[in-house]
Amino acid sequence: MGKINLRQMDVNQTGIISRVKSKGELGRRIRDMGLIPGKKIKVQGRAPLKDPVSLRIMGFTLTLRNNEADLIEVEVQ
Amino acid sequence: MSTAIVLAGNPNSGKTTLFNELTGARQQVGNYPGVTVEKKQGTCPSDSGKLTIVDLPGTYSLTAYSLEEVVARDFLVNENPSMVVDIVDASNLERNLYLTVQFMEMGVPVTIALNMMDVAKKRGIEIDIEKLSKLLNVPVIPTVARSGKGKRELLETITSNVNDKVEPLKISYGRDIDTVLDEMEEIIRTSGFLTAKYRARWVAIKYLENDSQIIELGKKEDQKAALRLERMVEKLTRHLAATLDAHPEGMIADHRYGYVHSVLKQGVISYARDKNRLQLSDKIDKVVTNRFLGPVIMVAVIMGLYKFTFSYSEIPVGWFENFFGWIAGIADNALPEGLLKSLVISGVIDGVGGVLGFVPLIMFMFLGISFLEDSGYLARMAFMLDRVFRMFGLHGSSVMAFIVSGGIAGGCAVPGVMAARTLKSPKERLATLLTVPFMNCGAKLPVYALLVAAFFVENKARVMLLITMISWLGALLVAWLLRSTIIKGESTPFVMELPPYRMPTIKGILIHTWERTWQYMRKAGTVILGVSIVLWAMMTFPGLDKVQTQKFESQRSAITSSVPTQVLNEIKTLEDDKLSSRALEVKQSLARLDYSEAREGLKNSIAGRIGSGLEGITKFAGFDWRTNIALVGGFAAKEVVVSTLGTAYSLGEVDPDETGSLSDRLKTADGWGPLTAFSLIIFTIFYAPCFVTVVCIAKEAGSWKWAAFSVVFNTSLAFGLSVLFYQIGSIVLV
Repeated sequence: MGKINLRQMDVNQTGIISRVKSKGELGRRIRDMGLIPGKKIKVQGRAPLKDPVSLRIMGFTLTLRNNEADLIEVEVQ
Repeated sequence: MSTAIVLAGNPNSGKTTLFNELTGARQQVGNYPGVTVEKKQGTCPSDSGKLTIVDLPGTYSLTAYSLEEVVARDFLVNENPSMVVDIVDASNLERNLYLTVQFMEMGVPVTIALNMMDVAKKRGIEIDIEKLSKLLNVPVIPTVARSGKGKRELLETITSNVNDKVEPLKISYGRDIDTVLDEMEEIIRTSGFLTAKYRARWVAIKYLENDSQIIELGKKEDQKAALRLERMVEKLTRHLAATLDAHPEGMIADHRYGYVHSVLKQGVISYARDKNRLQLSDKIDKVVTNRFLGPVIMVAVIMGLYKFTFSYSEIPVGWFENFFGWIAGIADNALPEGLLKSLVISGVIDGVGGVLGFVPLIMFMFLGISFLEDSGYLARMAFMLDRVFRMFGLHGSSVMAFIVSGGIAGGCAVPGVMAARTLKSPKERLATLLTVPFMNCGAKLPVYALLVAAFFVENKARVMLLITMISWLGALLVAWLLRSTIIKGESTPFVMELPPYRMPTIKGILIHTWERTWQYMRKAGTVILGVSIVLWAMMTFPGLDKVQTQKFESQRSAITSSVPTQVLNEIKTLEDDKLSSRALEVKQSLARLDYSEAREGLKNSIAGRIGSGLEGITKFAGFDWRTNIALVGGFAAKEVVVSTLGTAYSLGEVDPDETGSLSDRLKTADGWGPLTAFSLIIFTIFYAPCFVTVVCIAKEAGSWKWAAFSVVFNTSLAFGLSVLFYQIGSIVLV
């Protein structure tokens, strides 16, 4: 258990979002897509060049670039 | 007046499928005023009269994040639709209802079409529809848009609930925000701030969300009130940052999701299985986006699409060519020699033929791309390639446009530019539009073939590979240059949904393809015809003056008068291989005379004068007036470079498919050598796109400014590169 950035999570690892650090447009977009504190996520896979990352949240699949994943803090399980 | 209904919802929720199901072929596609966002409208018969249905762009939210969201929001406010049918993906309820809640906060009348019930059931998701309807206080109709199930019930519900007065939904955003929100609402209401259009509480929420569009409008409406509201937001922001380490817009989103969650938790939804269980889609993804297999499969899919677009379209393209050849033949026989004939054949028929010649290409490409897009694979391609394209300020989805334009030599920039539609981010899209013409389209290939055959015949394959690499590298570097100068700005977030794989519906694909094709014919067609006539005039007028025409006439009669009539008759009636040697000789010298006359005419035309006038500058790149005219002609279509060069070298019009005689001629011509040839190759890669592409860029970028930019910028870039290459080459090689 511990808090890490979404970027550092391994494939198939799950966790609960604890904080979304971004503000402004990017922050709004991230939240609109359901990446908000308290939601459970699971890293689904990574693109062949390790970036972007795809993750499962609320039953659908979402992709993020690594520099966007940096803004999301996750309590891993 | 008929009743206006809007369809709204998340992307991939089946909105367009439902729209097609409701309206069938009764659709019109246009743009929202002033923006490139597409507006689809259609009609649907119902028991209480005809319904007008507008398909709003698919959005995840109603902030001012993207053009689509602003358009959707403005439409709801300005047009006051009688009913918003919110298409909600039942298999993805929580995120879809986030948008629903925002419609309800706006105070518009909402009916939920709970779509994809079949998918939800398969995944073991049970939804208590009655309870959902009761808790949200809106009608909820289960539908399966693909099969048309629930369509009747939906229409009945819409017509019986139309124009019901609804109160906007009030959500609690936590005590701190709620207190300020109430105060702001009061101020807005009493001062009538923006209330002519918007509801007071909604304006207050948008201020707290730091919504750029509303804040801008507020400043224009009432500076004093706007400032007061902004101060209140600032104070609250500071307070929240200090006490909760949060900011208002974040908290508002959190509470909206919280509200949705609390509704669902009251027994609306239950799972027979784990909701994050691996679905078929995920299993496919394990293979299709695998580190090693993924790129291999992607290359195969790209090659497949390429083959499909360019091989199968050859057949209908051939029909079009034959058809226009046949018409031109009729005109040739029916009209007397002269300007009118030339205008009809070279200006109008070639022009219309040129426009329609692209139609099969565009249709096939959109059939292929719609299939990839609707199936969900296109999103995976963007996912896999984003890392590469991002380095140059582009987006993973840019790849399609590049490939179709000729990323694999032989494409076409016209469908390529149109393929950039799949890009949702405006800056990346513009950079893509402006750089895809550098790819090697099928029309540039005859030019390369001619020059390679003349000067690089031993290294044919290697030079062609080099050409492909130069165009890719050039395109990507220019994209990077544009994105770090005139189209500067943060890259659009890649927060993107990977929709589950789905079998596309044939109806959806066909409607989509037809729309695009028709749009091309209607919008681009007229402009292209006009430009082609202008280009014809430039290559024709003013032609030769009387003295020169006389000169050629007298030379002609000098030849014919010295020959017996019998030989002349022979030339007129017999095929070439049956002619006597004397007659053949005469025929050839007459043809040579015709070619010289054509050459002189071309040199004297407007295009020719431009070409000669520019010789002073273009000599630095190794081009003389003949090459210049050919390049001017290439603006009509790149393969025209070859035929015009033929005329300029007194060989008559050279068929771009058979360039043997011309390449032999170039080998021995003054001023030609490998250096000049490669300089011309570089110029051909980079200079102004053909005007059909330019027109398409204007339509897709929404402004003629960008079309003009692509002509001027590309030509300057091409010239700069050619001069650089030619000058350095001259020093190194001599």
